[in-house]
Amino acid sequence: MTKVLTDAPTIRIKGRSFLAVVLSPDLPLDEWLVRLDDLAARSAGFFLGRPVVLDVTDLAIDKLQLADLVGELGQRNVRIMGIEGARPSMLGPGMPPLLKGGRPVSEMEQPPTEAAPTEPKQHPKKATAQEAGSQPQSIVINEPIRSGQSVIFPEGDVTVVGSVASGAEIIAGGSVHIYGALRGRVMAGSVGNSGARIFCRKMEAELLAIDGIYQMAEDMAPALRGQAVQLWLEGDMIMAETLS
Amino acid sequence: MGKVIVVTSGKGGVGKTTSTAALGAALAQRNEKVVVVDFDVGLRNLDLVMGAERRVVYDMVNVIQGDAKLPQALIRDKRLETLFLLPASQTRDKDALTPEGVEWIVGELKKYFDWIICDSPAGIERGATLAMRHADMAVVVTNPEVSSVRDSDRIIGLLDAKTLKAERGERMEKHLLLTRYDATRAERGDMLKVDDVLDILSIPLIGIIPESTDVLKASNVGAPVTLADARSAPALAYFDAARRLAGETLPITIPGDKRSLLGKIFGRKAA
Repeated sequence: MTKVLTDAPTIRIKGRSFLAVVLSPDLPLDEWLVRLDDLAARSAGFFLGRPVVLDVTDLAIDKLQLADLVGELGQRNVRIMGIEGARPSMLGPGMPPLLKGGRPVSEMEQPPTEAAPTEPKQHPKKATAQEAGSQPQSIVINEPIRSGQSVIFPEGDVTVVGSVASGAEIIAGGSVHIYGALRGRVMAGSVGNSGARIFCRKMEAELLAIDGIYQMAEDMAPALRGQAVQLWLEGDMIMAETLS
Repeated sequence: MGKVIVVTSGKGGVGKTTSTAALGAALAQRNEKVVVVDFDVGLRNLDLVMGAERRVVYDMVNVIQGDAKLPQALIRDKRLETLFLLPASQTRDKDALTPEGVEWIVGELKKYFDWIICDSPAGIERGATLAMRHADMAVVVTNPEVSSVRDSDRIIGLLDAKTLKAERGERMEKHLLLTRYDATRAERGDMLKVDDVLDILSIPLIGIIPESTDVLKASNVGAPVTLADARSAPALAYFDAARRLAGETLPITIPGDKRSLLGKIFGRKAA
Protein backbone atom coordinates (compact mmCIF):
# COMPACT_ATOMS: atom_id res chain seq x y z
CA MET A 1 0.00 0.00 0.00
CA THR A 2 1.32 3.38 -0.94
CA LYS A 3 0.25 6.45 0.92
CA VAL A 4 0.82 10.10 0.45
CA LEU A 5 1.98 11.24 3.81
CA THR A 6 1.17 14.90 3.55
CA ASP A 7 -1.31 17.21 1.90
CA ALA A 8 -0.22 20.44 3.48
CA PRO A 9 2.36 22.50 1.58
CA THR A 10 5.80 21.95 3.05
CA ILE A 11 8.72 24.20 3.79
CA ARG A 12 12.03 23.14 2.36
CA ILE A 13 14.95 23.31 4.74
CA LYS A 14 18.33 22.10 3.60
CA GLY A 15 21.91 21.98 4.75
CA ARG A 16 24.72 23.25 2.55
CA SER A 17 28.36 23.80 3.20
CA PHE A 18 30.40 26.66 1.81
CA LEU A 19 34.08 27.35 1.81
CA ALA A 20 35.01 30.43 3.80
CA VAL A 21 38.25 32.26 4.42
CA VAL A 22 39.05 32.27 8.12
CA LEU A 23 40.97 35.19 9.60
CA SER A 24 42.68 34.59 12.95
CA PRO A 25 43.85 37.92 14.33
CA ASP A 26 46.46 38.12 17.03
CA LEU A 27 47.29 40.74 19.63
CA PRO A 28 48.01 43.61 19.54
CA LEU A 29 45.19 44.23 17.12
CA ASP A 30 46.48 47.49 15.63
CA GLU A 31 49.69 45.78 14.53
CA TRP A 32 47.71 42.94 13.05
CA LEU A 33 45.53 45.43 11.18
CA VAL A 34 48.67 47.09 9.76
CA ARG A 35 49.81 43.71 8.44
CA LEU A 36 46.35 43.14 7.00
CA ASP A 37 46.51 46.51 5.23
CA ASP A 38 49.87 45.50 3.87
CA LEU A 39 48.42 42.31 2.43
CA ALA A 40 45.46 44.19 0.99
CA ALA A 41 47.83 46.69 -0.62
CA ARG A 42 49.74 43.89 -2.33
CA SER A 43 46.68 42.12 -3.62
CA ALA A 44 43.76 44.40 -4.00
CA GLY A 45 40.41 42.75 -3.61
CA PHE A 46 41.70 39.59 -1.93
CA PHE A 47 38.71 39.60 0.38
CA LEU A 48 36.30 41.02 -2.13
CA GLY A 49 33.32 38.79 -2.67
CA ARG A 50 34.63 36.13 -0.31
CA PRO A 51 32.82 34.97 2.78
CA VAL A 52 35.14 35.71 5.70
CA VAL A 53 34.93 34.14 9.13
CA LEU A 54 36.69 35.71 12.08
CA ASP A 55 38.33 33.19 14.41
CA VAL A 56 38.80 34.65 17.88
CA THR A 57 39.57 31.39 19.68
CA ASP A 58 42.15 32.00 22.44
CA LEU A 59 42.13 35.73 21.66
CA ALA A 60 41.85 37.71 24.88
CA ILE A 61 39.50 40.50 23.82
CA ASP A 62 36.18 41.68 25.19
CA LYS A 63 32.87 42.49 23.59
CA LEU A 64 33.73 46.11 22.81
CA GLN A 65 37.10 45.29 21.28
CA LEU A 66 35.46 42.61 19.15
CA ALA A 67 32.84 45.08 17.92
CA ASP A 68 35.64 47.56 17.12
CA LEU A 69 37.57 44.91 15.23
CA VAL A 70 34.53 43.99 13.13
CA GLY A 71 34.05 47.72 12.46
CA GLU A 72 37.71 48.17 11.46
CA LEU A 73 37.46 45.21 9.09
CA GLY A 74 34.23 46.62 7.68
CA GLN A 75 36.04 49.87 6.85
CA ARG A 76 38.55 47.78 4.88
CA ASN A 77 35.66 46.19 2.96
CA VAL A 78 36.15 42.86 4.74
CA ARG A 79 32.63 41.69 5.52
CA ILE A 80 32.51 39.20 8.36
CA MET A 81 29.83 36.52 7.87
CA GLY A 82 30.39 34.80 11.19
CA ILE A 83 32.56 34.61 14.25
CA GLU A 84 34.17 31.43 15.47
CA GLY A 85 35.36 30.71 18.98
CA ALA A 86 33.66 33.64 20.71
CA ARG A 87 31.62 33.36 23.87
CA PRO A 88 27.91 33.95 23.17
CA SER A 89 28.05 36.89 25.61
CA MET A 90 30.51 38.67 23.32
CA LEU A 91 28.01 38.75 20.48
CA GLY A 92 25.08 41.10 20.70
CA PRO A 93 22.52 42.07 18.12
CA GLY A 94 24.15 43.65 15.07
CA MET A 95 27.14 41.35 15.32
CA PRO A 96 27.77 38.46 12.96
CA PRO A 97 26.45 35.11 14.24
CA LEU A 98 28.55 32.56 16.08
CA LEU A 99 29.79 29.71 13.89
CA LYS A 100 30.69 26.28 15.18
CA GLY A 101 31.90 23.01 13.82
CA GLY A 102 34.24 24.39 11.15
CA ARG A 103 36.53 21.87 9.51
CA PRO A 104 39.97 22.65 8.12
CA VAL A 105 40.48 22.34 4.36
CA SER A 106 43.39 22.54 1.98
CA GLU A 107 45.53 25.64 1.61
CA MET A 108 43.70 28.59 0.20
CA GLU A 109 45.61 30.24 -2.61
CA GLN A 110 47.20 33.41 -1.33
CA PRO A 111 48.86 36.39 -2.88
CA PRO A 112 52.53 35.54 -3.18
CA THR A 113 54.63 37.09 -0.47
CA GLU A 114 57.88 36.32 1.26
CA ALA A 115 56.71 36.68 4.82
CA ALA A 116 53.07 35.68 4.49
CA PRO A 117 51.79 38.36 6.86
CA THR A 118 48.29 37.12 7.36
CA GLU A 119 47.13 33.69 6.58
CA PRO A 120 43.71 32.28 6.32
CA LYS A 121 43.61 29.78 9.16
CA GLN A 122 44.79 26.42 7.99
CA HIS A 123 45.79 23.14 9.39
CA PRO A 124 48.28 20.83 7.78
CA LYS A 125 45.64 18.50 6.47
CA LYS A 126 45.21 17.00 3.06
CA ALA A 127 42.80 18.42 0.58
CA THR A 128 39.31 17.08 1.04
CA ALA A 129 38.76 16.89 -2.68
CA GLN A 130 41.59 14.42 -3.11
CA GLU A 131 40.48 12.34 -0.20
CA ALA A 132 36.90 12.20 -1.33
CA GLY A 133 37.57 9.34 -3.70
CA SER A 134 39.02 7.14 -0.96
CA GLN A 135 36.50 8.10 1.72
CA PRO A 136 33.85 5.53 2.58
CA GLN A 137 30.49 6.19 1.00
CA SER A 138 28.57 4.40 3.72
CA ILE A 139 28.89 3.53 7.38
CA VAL A 140 27.47 0.66 9.39
CA ILE A 141 26.75 1.09 13.08
CA ASN A 142 26.33 -2.10 15.05
CA GLU A 143 24.92 -0.55 18.21
CA PRO A 144 21.66 1.11 19.10
CA ILE A 145 21.66 4.89 18.73
CA ARG A 146 20.81 6.26 22.18
CA SER A 147 18.74 9.29 23.07
CA GLY A 148 20.80 12.45 22.68
CA GLN A 149 23.26 10.91 20.24
CA SER A 150 23.44 12.08 16.68
CA VAL A 151 25.02 10.44 13.71
CA ILE A 152 25.95 12.89 10.98
CA PHE A 153 27.29 11.42 7.77
CA PRO A 154 26.89 13.75 4.80
CA GLU A 155 29.10 11.53 2.64
CA GLY A 156 26.55 8.79 2.04
CA ASP A 157 24.39 6.01 3.47
CA VAL A 158 23.98 5.12 7.12
CA THR A 159 23.03 1.61 8.23
CA VAL A 160 22.15 0.93 11.86
CA VAL A 161 21.95 -2.64 13.09
CA GLY A 162 19.87 -1.79 16.14
CA SER A 163 17.29 0.75 17.17
CA VAL A 164 17.29 4.52 17.04
CA ALA A 165 15.95 5.87 20.34
CA SER A 166 13.51 8.66 20.93
CA GLY A 167 15.60 11.83 21.04
CA ALA A 168 18.37 10.45 18.81
CA GLU A 169 18.98 11.61 15.26
CA ILE A 170 20.60 10.47 12.08
CA ILE A 171 21.53 12.87 9.31
CA ALA A 172 22.80 11.20 6.17
CA GLY A 173 23.73 12.46 2.75
CA GLY A 174 22.33 9.28 1.29
CA SER A 175 19.79 6.69 2.38
CA VAL A 176 19.24 5.48 5.93
CA HIS A 177 18.65 1.84 6.81
CA ILE A 178 17.54 0.87 10.30
CA TYR A 179 17.41 -2.78 11.27
CA GLY A 180 15.46 -2.15 14.43
CA ALA A 181 12.86 0.26 15.73
CA LEU A 182 13.11 3.85 14.55
CA ARG A 183 11.87 6.04 17.40
CA GLY A 184 14.00 9.13 16.83
CA ARG A 185 14.51 11.42 13.87
CA VAL A 186 16.05 10.67 10.53
CA MET A 187 17.06 13.07 7.80
CA ALA A 188 18.11 11.34 4.60
CA GLY A 189 19.50 13.00 1.49
CA SER A 190 20.48 15.97 3.62
CA VAL A 191 22.84 17.45 1.06
CA GLY A 192 20.26 17.63 -1.67
CA ASN A 193 19.76 14.02 -2.68
CA SER A 194 16.10 13.56 -3.54
CA GLY A 195 16.70 9.93 -4.48
CA ALA A 196 17.58 9.01 -0.88
CA ARG A 197 15.27 6.66 1.00
CA ILE A 198 14.59 5.67 4.57
CA PHE A 199 14.07 2.05 5.53
CA CYS A 200 13.23 0.78 8.97
CA ARG A 201 12.03 -2.43 10.54
CA LYS A 202 9.64 -0.77 12.96
CA MET A 203 8.32 2.72 12.34
CA GLU A 204 7.87 4.82 15.48
CA ALA A 205 9.71 7.91 14.24
CA GLU A 206 9.41 11.40 15.70
CA LEU A 207 10.43 13.14 12.51
CA LEU A 208 11.45 12.12 9.03
CA ALA A 209 13.00 14.17 6.27
CA ILE A 210 14.22 13.44 2.79
CA ASP A 211 16.07 16.15 0.88
CA GLY A 212 14.69 18.82 3.19
CA ILE A 213 11.03 17.77 3.04
CA TYR A 214 9.95 17.26 6.62
CA GLN A 215 7.30 15.07 8.15
CA MET A 216 6.33 15.08 11.83
CA ALA A 217 5.11 12.00 13.66
CA GLU A 218 1.63 13.47 14.01
CA ASP A 219 1.18 13.79 10.27
CA MET A 220 2.11 10.23 9.51
CA ALA A 221 -0.49 7.67 8.59
CA PRO A 222 -1.36 5.73 11.76
CA ALA A 223 -1.44 2.49 9.80
CA LEU A 224 2.31 2.73 9.33
CA ARG A 225 3.09 2.78 13.07
CA GLY A 226 4.98 -0.27 14.21
CA GLN A 227 5.35 -1.54 10.66
CA ALA A 228 8.41 -2.18 8.53
CA VAL A 229 8.34 0.80 6.22
CA GLN A 230 10.24 2.42 3.39
CA LEU A 231 9.91 6.09 2.55
CA TRP A 232 10.90 8.02 -0.53
CA LEU A 233 10.29 11.34 -2.18
CA GLU A 234 8.02 12.04 -5.11
CA GLY A 235 8.15 15.71 -5.96
CA ASP A 236 7.41 17.46 -2.70
CA MET A 237 5.66 14.50 -1.10
CA ILE A 238 7.09 11.89 1.17
CA MET A 239 5.63 8.56 0.12
CA ALA A 240 5.58 5.51 2.34
CA GLU A 241 4.83 1.87 1.96
CA THR A 242 5.05 -1.11 4.23
CA LEU A 243 7.66 -3.71 3.47
CA SER A 244 6.44 -7.22 3.57
CA MET B 1 41.43 -4.95 43.07
CA GLY B 2 37.86 -3.99 43.77
CA LYS B 3 35.14 -3.56 41.22
CA VAL B 4 33.66 -0.11 40.69
CA ILE B 5 29.93 0.06 40.05
CA VAL B 6 28.08 3.26 39.22
CA VAL B 7 24.39 3.42 40.04
CA THR B 8 22.94 5.96 37.64
CA SER B 9 19.73 6.92 35.85
CA GLY B 10 19.72 10.44 34.45
CA LYS B 11 16.32 11.12 35.96
CA GLY B 12 15.93 11.97 39.62
CA GLY B 13 13.75 10.17 42.13
CA VAL B 14 13.83 6.77 40.45
CA GLY B 15 15.64 5.02 43.30
CA LYS B 16 19.39 5.39 42.75
CA THR B 17 20.20 6.05 46.39
CA THR B 18 17.83 3.39 47.70
CA SER B 19 19.29 0.88 45.26
CA THR B 20 22.89 1.84 46.10
CA ALA B 21 22.22 1.25 49.80
CA ALA B 22 20.25 -1.96 49.23
CA LEU B 23 22.80 -3.49 46.84
CA GLY B 24 25.68 -2.41 49.09
CA ALA B 25 24.12 -4.04 52.14
CA ALA B 26 23.22 -7.15 50.13
CA LEU B 27 26.80 -7.58 48.87
CA ALA B 28 28.22 -6.88 52.34
CA GLN B 29 26.05 -9.67 53.76
CA ARG B 30 27.97 -12.02 51.48
CA ASN B 31 31.01 -11.08 53.59
CA GLU B 32 32.54 -8.96 50.88
CA LYS B 33 34.05 -5.57 51.68
CA VAL B 34 31.80 -2.88 50.28
CA VAL B 35 31.96 0.90 50.26
CA VAL B 36 29.05 3.00 49.05
CA VAL B 37 30.15 6.42 47.79
CA ASP B 38 27.80 9.39 47.61
CA PHE B 39 28.59 11.57 44.57
CA ASP B 40 25.61 13.86 45.08
CA VAL B 41 27.61 16.79 46.48
CA GLY B 42 25.22 19.42 47.83
CA LEU B 43 22.19 17.12 47.86
CA ARG B 44 23.50 14.13 49.73
CA ASN B 45 21.03 11.49 50.91
CA LEU B 46 22.91 8.25 51.06
CA ASP B 47 23.95 8.98 54.67
CA LEU B 48 20.27 9.20 55.64
CA VAL B 49 19.28 5.99 53.89
CA MET B 50 22.26 4.25 55.52
CA GLY B 51 21.35 5.69 58.92
CA ALA B 52 24.75 7.36 59.30
CA GLU B 53 23.78 11.03 59.10
CA ARG B 54 24.81 11.73 62.71
CA ARG B 55 28.23 10.20 62.24
CA VAL B 56 29.45 12.25 59.28
CA VAL B 57 32.56 14.22 60.26
CA TYR B 58 34.60 14.40 57.08
CA ASP B 59 33.37 13.94 53.55
CA MET B 60 34.72 13.26 50.08
CA VAL B 61 35.42 16.93 49.36
CA ASN B 62 37.50 17.20 52.56
CA VAL B 63 39.56 14.26 51.34
CA ILE B 64 39.98 15.71 47.85
CA GLN B 65 41.11 19.02 49.29
CA GLY B 66 43.50 17.35 51.70
CA ASP B 67 41.71 18.40 54.90
CA ALA B 68 41.17 14.80 55.95
CA LYS B 69 42.65 11.40 55.23
CA LEU B 70 40.50 8.89 53.38
CA PRO B 71 40.14 6.46 56.36
CA GLN B 72 38.92 9.38 58.50
CA ALA B 73 36.06 10.04 56.11
CA LEU B 74 34.94 6.42 55.82
CA ILE B 75 32.04 5.50 58.10
CA ARG B 76 31.64 1.86 59.09
CA ASP B 77 28.08 0.57 59.25
CA LYS B 78 26.90 -0.31 62.76
CA ARG B 79 25.10 -3.46 61.62
CA LEU B 80 27.48 -4.83 59.02
CA GLU B 81 31.22 -4.95 59.64
CA THR B 82 32.14 -5.04 55.97
CA LEU B 83 29.96 -2.13 54.85
CA PHE B 84 31.33 1.42 54.67
CA LEU B 85 30.03 4.79 53.53
CA LEU B 86 31.97 7.66 52.00
CA PRO B 87 29.63 10.62 52.35
CA ALA B 88 29.34 13.61 50.02
CA SER B 89 29.66 17.17 51.21
CA GLN B 90 26.36 18.92 51.81
CA THR B 91 27.70 22.47 51.96
CA ARG B 92 29.44 22.44 48.58
CA ASP B 93 28.37 21.92 45.01
CA LYS B 94 29.50 19.57 42.27
CA ASP B 95 32.33 21.91 41.22
CA ALA B 96 34.18 20.92 44.39
CA LEU B 97 34.79 17.50 42.80
CA THR B 98 37.93 17.46 40.69
CA PRO B 99 38.65 14.73 38.15
CA GLU B 100 42.09 14.12 39.70
CA GLY B 101 40.66 13.97 43.21
CA VAL B 102 37.96 11.49 42.22
CA GLU B 103 40.46 9.38 40.34
CA TRP B 104 42.74 9.23 43.36
CA ILE B 105 39.91 8.34 45.76
CA VAL B 106 38.54 5.59 43.53
CA GLY B 107 42.05 4.22 43.04
CA GLU B 108 42.64 4.08 46.82
CA LEU B 109 39.24 2.50 47.54
CA LYS B 110 39.89 -0.20 44.94
CA LYS B 111 42.89 -1.35 47.00
CA TYR B 112 40.89 -2.02 50.14
CA PHE B 113 37.37 -2.94 49.02
CA ASP B 114 35.84 -5.66 46.87
CA TRP B 115 33.03 -3.40 45.70
CA ILE B 116 32.94 0.37 45.29
CA ILE B 117 29.37 1.42 44.60
CA CYS B 118 29.05 5.01 43.38
CA ASP B 119 25.69 6.67 43.90
CA SER B 120 25.42 9.09 40.98
CA PRO B 121 23.49 12.36 41.21
CA ALA B 122 20.65 12.90 38.75
CA GLY B 123 21.37 14.75 35.53
CA ILE B 124 24.13 14.42 32.98
CA GLU B 125 26.44 17.12 34.29
CA ARG B 126 29.72 17.11 36.16
CA GLY B 127 28.59 15.12 39.20
CA ALA B 128 27.06 12.37 37.11
CA THR B 129 29.92 12.15 34.62
CA LEU B 130 32.52 12.04 37.41
CA ALA B 131 30.56 9.31 39.21
CA MET B 132 30.53 7.12 36.08
CA ARG B 133 34.05 7.99 34.89
CA HIS B 134 35.99 5.21 36.65
CA ALA B 135 33.27 2.56 36.71
CA ASP B 136 33.87 -1.02 35.61
CA MET B 137 30.16 -1.68 35.36
CA ALA B 138 26.97 0.33 35.54
CA VAL B 139 23.60 -0.29 37.11
CA VAL B 140 21.04 1.79 35.24
CA VAL B 141 18.05 2.39 37.51
CA THR B 142 14.83 2.89 35.57
CA ASN B 143 11.16 3.23 36.42
CA PRO B 144 8.69 1.69 33.99
CA GLU B 145 7.57 5.00 32.51
CA VAL B 146 8.57 6.84 29.35
CA SER B 147 10.52 9.79 30.73
CA SER B 148 12.67 7.60 32.95
CA VAL B 149 13.31 5.19 30.08
CA ARG B 150 14.38 7.95 27.73
CA ASP B 151 16.72 9.48 30.35
CA SER B 152 18.21 6.06 30.98
CA ASP B 153 18.78 5.68 27.26
CA ARG B 154 20.66 8.97 27.28
CA ILE B 155 22.77 7.86 30.24
CA ILE B 156 23.62 4.58 28.51
CA GLY B 157 24.87 6.64 25.57
CA LEU B 158 27.10 8.63 27.94
CA LEU B 159 28.35 5.45 29.63
CA ASP B 160 29.51 4.32 26.20
CA ALA B 161 31.20 7.63 25.45
CA LYS B 162 32.43 9.46 28.54
CA THR B 163 33.83 6.75 30.79
CA LEU B 164 37.50 5.76 30.97
CA LYS B 165 36.54 2.27 29.90
CA ALA B 166 34.84 3.58 26.77
CA GLU B 167 37.75 5.89 26.01
CA ARG B 168 40.13 2.94 26.19
CA GLY B 169 37.92 1.23 23.63
CA GLU B 170 36.60 -1.38 26.06
CA ARG B 171 32.97 -2.27 26.58
CA MET B 172 31.24 -0.96 29.66
CA GLU B 173 29.11 -3.65 31.28
CA LYS B 174 25.63 -2.20 31.77
CA HIS B 175 22.77 -3.69 33.76
CA LEU B 176 19.19 -2.59 33.99
CA LEU B 177 17.54 -2.42 37.39
CA LEU B 178 13.83 -1.79 37.01
CA THR B 179 12.50 -0.20 40.17
CA ARG B 180 9.05 0.79 41.47
CA TYR B 181 7.46 -1.86 39.32
CA ASP B 182 3.75 -2.22 39.96
CA ALA B 183 2.38 -5.38 38.40
CA THR B 184 -1.28 -4.41 38.55
CA ARG B 185 -0.66 -1.03 36.94
CA ALA B 186 1.55 -2.60 34.26
CA GLU B 187 -1.23 -5.09 33.59
CA ARG B 188 -3.73 -2.25 33.20
CA GLY B 189 -1.37 -0.53 30.77
CA ASP B 190 -0.71 2.45 33.07
CA MET B 191 2.93 1.53 33.12
CA LEU B 192 5.39 0.28 30.58
CA LYS B 193 5.74 -3.48 30.56
CA VAL B 194 9.11 -5.10 31.27
CA ASP B 195 9.44 -6.21 27.66
CA ASP B 196 8.79 -2.70 26.38
CA VAL B 197 11.54 -1.26 28.57
CA LEU B 198 13.98 -3.99 27.59
CA ASP B 199 13.11 -3.50 23.94
CA ILE B 200 13.92 0.21 24.12
CA LEU B 201 17.04 0.05 26.28
CA SER B 202 18.41 -3.29 25.04
CA ILE B 203 20.72 -3.97 27.99
CA PRO B 204 20.54 -7.04 30.26
CA LEU B 205 18.18 -6.96 33.24
CA ILE B 206 19.55 -7.69 36.71
CA GLY B 207 16.40 -7.23 38.69
CA ILE B 208 12.86 -5.97 39.02
CA ILE B 209 12.12 -4.27 42.32
CA PRO B 210 8.41 -4.20 43.09
CA GLU B 211 6.82 -0.94 44.24
CA SER B 212 6.46 -1.39 47.99
CA THR B 213 5.94 0.57 51.17
CA ASP B 214 8.73 -1.54 52.71
CA VAL B 215 11.25 0.55 50.76
CA LEU B 216 9.91 3.82 52.14
CA LYS B 217 9.68 2.39 55.66
CA ALA B 218 13.29 1.22 55.51
CA SER B 219 14.51 4.62 54.28
CA ASN B 220 12.66 6.35 57.09
CA VAL B 221 14.33 4.26 59.77
CA GLY B 222 17.70 4.77 58.12
CA ALA B 223 18.38 1.25 56.95
CA PRO B 224 18.89 -0.26 53.51
CA VAL B 225 15.82 -2.37 52.72
CA THR B 226 18.04 -5.45 52.52
CA LEU B 227 18.88 -4.90 56.21
CA ALA B 228 15.64 -3.51 57.57
CA ASP B 229 13.40 -6.28 56.36
CA ALA B 230 15.40 -8.94 54.58
CA ARG B 231 12.30 -11.08 53.95
CA SER B 232 10.30 -8.37 52.17
CA ALA B 233 9.67 -8.62 48.43
CA PRO B 234 11.89 -5.67 47.45
CA ALA B 235 14.72 -6.96 49.68
CA LEU B 236 14.55 -10.40 48.07
CA ALA B 237 14.67 -8.77 44.64
CA TYR B 238 17.73 -6.72 45.65
CA PHE B 239 19.47 -9.83 47.05
CA ASP B 240 18.95 -11.57 43.71
CA ALA B 241 20.19 -8.51 41.82
CA ALA B 242 23.33 -8.45 44.00
CA ARG B 243 23.96 -12.13 43.25
CA ARG B 244 23.64 -11.41 39.53
CA LEU B 245 26.08 -8.49 39.88
CA ALA B 246 28.52 -10.89 41.50
CA GLY B 247 28.28 -13.06 38.42
CA GLU B 248 25.66 -15.67 39.30
CA THR B 249 23.03 -16.60 36.76
CA LEU B 250 19.53 -16.69 38.16
CA PRO B 251 16.21 -16.66 36.37
CA ILE B 252 14.36 -13.37 36.73
CA THR B 253 10.82 -13.40 38.01
CA ILE B 254 8.51 -10.61 37.00
CA PRO B 255 6.54 -9.52 40.07
CA GLY B 256 2.85 -10.28 39.79
CA ASP B 257 3.32 -13.08 37.31
CA LYS B 258 1.65 -15.43 39.76
CA ARG B 259 -1.20 -13.07 40.33
CA SER B 260 -1.72 -12.54 36.64
CA LEU B 261 -1.77 -16.29 36.16
CA LEU B 262 -4.49 -16.58 38.82
CA GLY B 263 -6.21 -13.63 37.21
CA LYS B 264 -6.24 -15.49 33.93
CA ILE B 265 -7.75 -18.57 35.55
CA PHE B 266 -10.42 -16.57 37.30
CA GLY B 267 -10.94 -14.57 34.14
CA ARG B 268 -11.64 -17.75 32.24
CA LYS B 269 -13.97 -19.02 34.90
CA ALA B 270 -15.92 -15.81 34.83
CA ALA B 271 -16.20 -16.09 31.07
